[in-house]
Amino acid sequence: MPTVWFCIVSVMIAAYVVLDGFDLGAGIIYLFVARSADDRRRVIRSIGPVWDGNEVWLLAAGGTLYFAYPQLYASAFSGFYLPLMIVLWLLMLRAVGIEFRTHIENAMWQGFFDVTFCVASALLAIFFGAALGNVIRGVPLGPDGYFFEPLWTNFNIGPNPGILDWYTILAGVVALVTLTAHGSLYVVLKTDGPVAERSRHMAAFVWPVQLLLTLLSLAATWFVRPGVKQNYLAYPIGFLVPIIVFASLFLMRQWSKKGDELRAFLASAIYITGMLVGAVFALYPVILPSSSDPALSLTIQNSAAGAHGLAVGLYWWALGLILALGYFFFVYTMFKGKVRLEGEGY
Amino acid sequence: MDSALLVHRLHFAFTATFHYLFPQLTMGLALLIVVLKTMALRTNDELYNNAARFWARIFGISFVMGVVTGIPMEFQFGTNWSHFSRFAGGVIGQTLAMEGMFAFFLESAFLGLFLYGEKRMTPRQHWWSAFAVFFGSWLSGYFIIATDAWMQNPVGYEKAADGSVQLASFWGLIFNPWAWWQYAHNMGGAAVTGSFVMASIGAFYVLGQEHREYGKVFLRVGVVAALIFSVLQLFPTGDGQGKMIATHQPVTLAAMEALFESGPGAPLVIIGQPNVEEHRIDNPFIVPKMLSFLTYREWEADVKGLDSFPQQLWPDNILLLYYSYHIMVGLGTIFIAIAVLAAFFLWRGTLFDSKWMLWIILLSLPFPFIANTAGWITAELGRQPWLVYGLMMTRDGYSKTVSAGNGTFTLLGFLGMYTVLAILFLFLVRREIEAGPAAQPADGH
Repeated sequence: MPTVWFCIVSVMIAAYVVLDGFDLGAGIIYLFVARSADDRRRVIRSIGPVWDGNEVWLLAAGGTLYFAYPQLYASAFSGFYLPLMIVLWLLMLRAVGIEFRTHIENAMWQGFFDVTFCVASALLAIFFGAALGNVIRGVPLGPDGYFFEPLWTNFNIGPNPGILDWYTILAGVVALVTLTAHGSLYVVLKTDGPVAERSRHMAAFVWPVQLLLTLLSLAATWFVRPGVKQNYLAYPIGFLVPIIVFASLFLMRQWSKKGDELRAFLASAIYITGMLVGAVFALYPVILPSSSDPALSLTIQNSAAGAHGLAVGLYWWALGLILALGYFFFVYTMFKGKVRLEGEGY
Repeated sequence: MDSALLVHRLHFAFTATFHYLFPQLTMGLALLIVVLKTMALRTNDELYNNAARFWARIFGISFVMGVVTGIPMEFQFGTNWSHFSRFAGGVIGQTLAMEGMFAFFLESAFLGLFLYGEKRMTPRQHWWSAFAVFFGSWLSGYFIIATDAWMQNPVGYEKAADGSVQLASFWGLIFNPWAWWQYAHNMGGAAVTGSFVMASIGAFYVLGQEHREYGKVFLRVGVVAALIFSVLQLFPTGDGQGKMIATHQPVTLAAMEALFESGPGAPLVIIGQPNVEEHRIDNPFIVPKMLSFLTYREWEADVKGLDSFPQQLWPDNILLLYYSYHIMVGLGTIFIAIAVLAAFFLWRGTLFDSKWMLWIILLSLPFPFIANTAGWITAELGRQPWLVYGLMMTRDGYSKTVSAGNGTFTLLGFLGMYTVLAILFLFLVRREIEAGPAAQPADGH
């Protein structure tokens, strides 16, 4: 049962990253691809009706994590106290940027909110990447199952790591570049004209960087946690994951060149999912590794909620997911197609 | 008091108090928007659609505020209250996760449709999207109330070997009797806020001679809803909630009422300043035997005072608890008086010309927010010193690894951030009120 919930939580987090990833990405490239006032409204409208729905996946994934692994939630959230609070403030600033720029028809203030939106999106991508980096690298868990990490110590991976060290910063940069590409492909898909053109260039520009960083992050992970290969060696089917990651990365390039916008975007989504699946496959059954003593690591067994609760949850979770997919399907069909400036909406 | 404990309590109290200013408004308005949409469907009069769109814009701004201040609430269970989460997550994780799966998805998906999709839908479909937003927000309320109700009156759990509590009965948790009374009382409170805000803006338009025809609609809907819900707050929901407290938390009832001595025929203190050190009320204004009657429907019934309980189990801030409770009840009584009077003028057809009544309605706007906040302070302080009543003390629940220094840093950060948010919110709402409801584009901003 804890394994089932491990898969469910992983899927929900992946859904969050793929969905909110494209609107974060649209935020990152926003100032670069959208120059005129009309351009900017186009980009904002492309994510306007969906961004807060995407953010709900963060809440839903967080809630499900809390429900399935209260021990992990307690430990990780208190240990990552400062970066999580900063993430909260960035999420607020970003929401303020998007929502309030549409309410204030004043070029000066719109420029201010545009910068807020763009910078907050970029920093969020970096922080989320760094968070994942921390989980892979491991944290200094004590015997009571708790830890506390300062924002940084000496940027080295040692017995007293900070949230930011060279490895987690690398993970943050990987996330930034990945979401830049993901967001660019989304904007290409949802707009036309010069915005789409510049976004296409942006995606083409970051592709080699993305390839390089993917290779670099794999090598770095191998170096930081040599143990990651164990699950792959034990279950060689896992090697499909890196194959899918690289295949989707190349297909993303091919389809983007051919102008097959939807497929290129989906390839990016598969790339992101593949990277996340690769990480959790390596970790399983650990969900928060201890950097000092492996025996102190939080696993799906020692941090799960009671058996009865997990069993009951499966029923309502399945029902909730079916309903949620229904709504999302409905909303995306209502708002499908390219953004037009005339007419309704943002 | 341990300073880290104090910081974490203030952290949650401040962020929760600020957060709840917005959901009480959106939950109340969601209901009234459905009413306006229904009137539009019935009468085919574009006036009601414009009115609904105006409130949808206010709703949209408030909803964003509710979401961005709501995410920190979920996070703080882990960041600031990790020992509580480890202890109780196996039970309340159920309701918190269900809120995400059932309410948030529904709400956010249909809010997008409701705000931006009117032209793509028939009027009836658009009514359904408004209804879905209302349903989602009220469902969300239930899951949060069920979570709080479990902390007030823990049910459906069992103790696990590691000292935590785990779910034993799902339906027990969902049908916690405390939750149903608290939900009814809380949602009534939200509806009171929504009604008074709507009526107040209506009075503003009528008094200011601008958008008068809309002002009249807002006044009619607002006053009728205010009458219904402010009466429901007294009876049966407030009464039912009070009985729950009398049954499950008698010491809380004694502290709320500042009843220091047990005995038959307990009096009700209307106004007066408790002197906790000397166990008496200064300058009391008292109705004899009334507390016994209200609690047990018998004038001579025995009510337990604070002297029946060991002092370490008394709520740790009796003064704030007593005043919050009395402010809530006092304001609730005033709301009933205003609503009855306004409804009488409405019925007589003189409301729109009665300047002094319109001024009272206009100025009433902030008070439902104060009453709702005071109600929540009563609920949460009343539970002290327990975090989970009878099971876990508040002092055992906070994150021991997060120092007072880090907690203060983020508390100050939230103070600053929320100040900015509050200014932006007031600025934007003022713009909408100034622009008025007439002939705005069908799809909001």
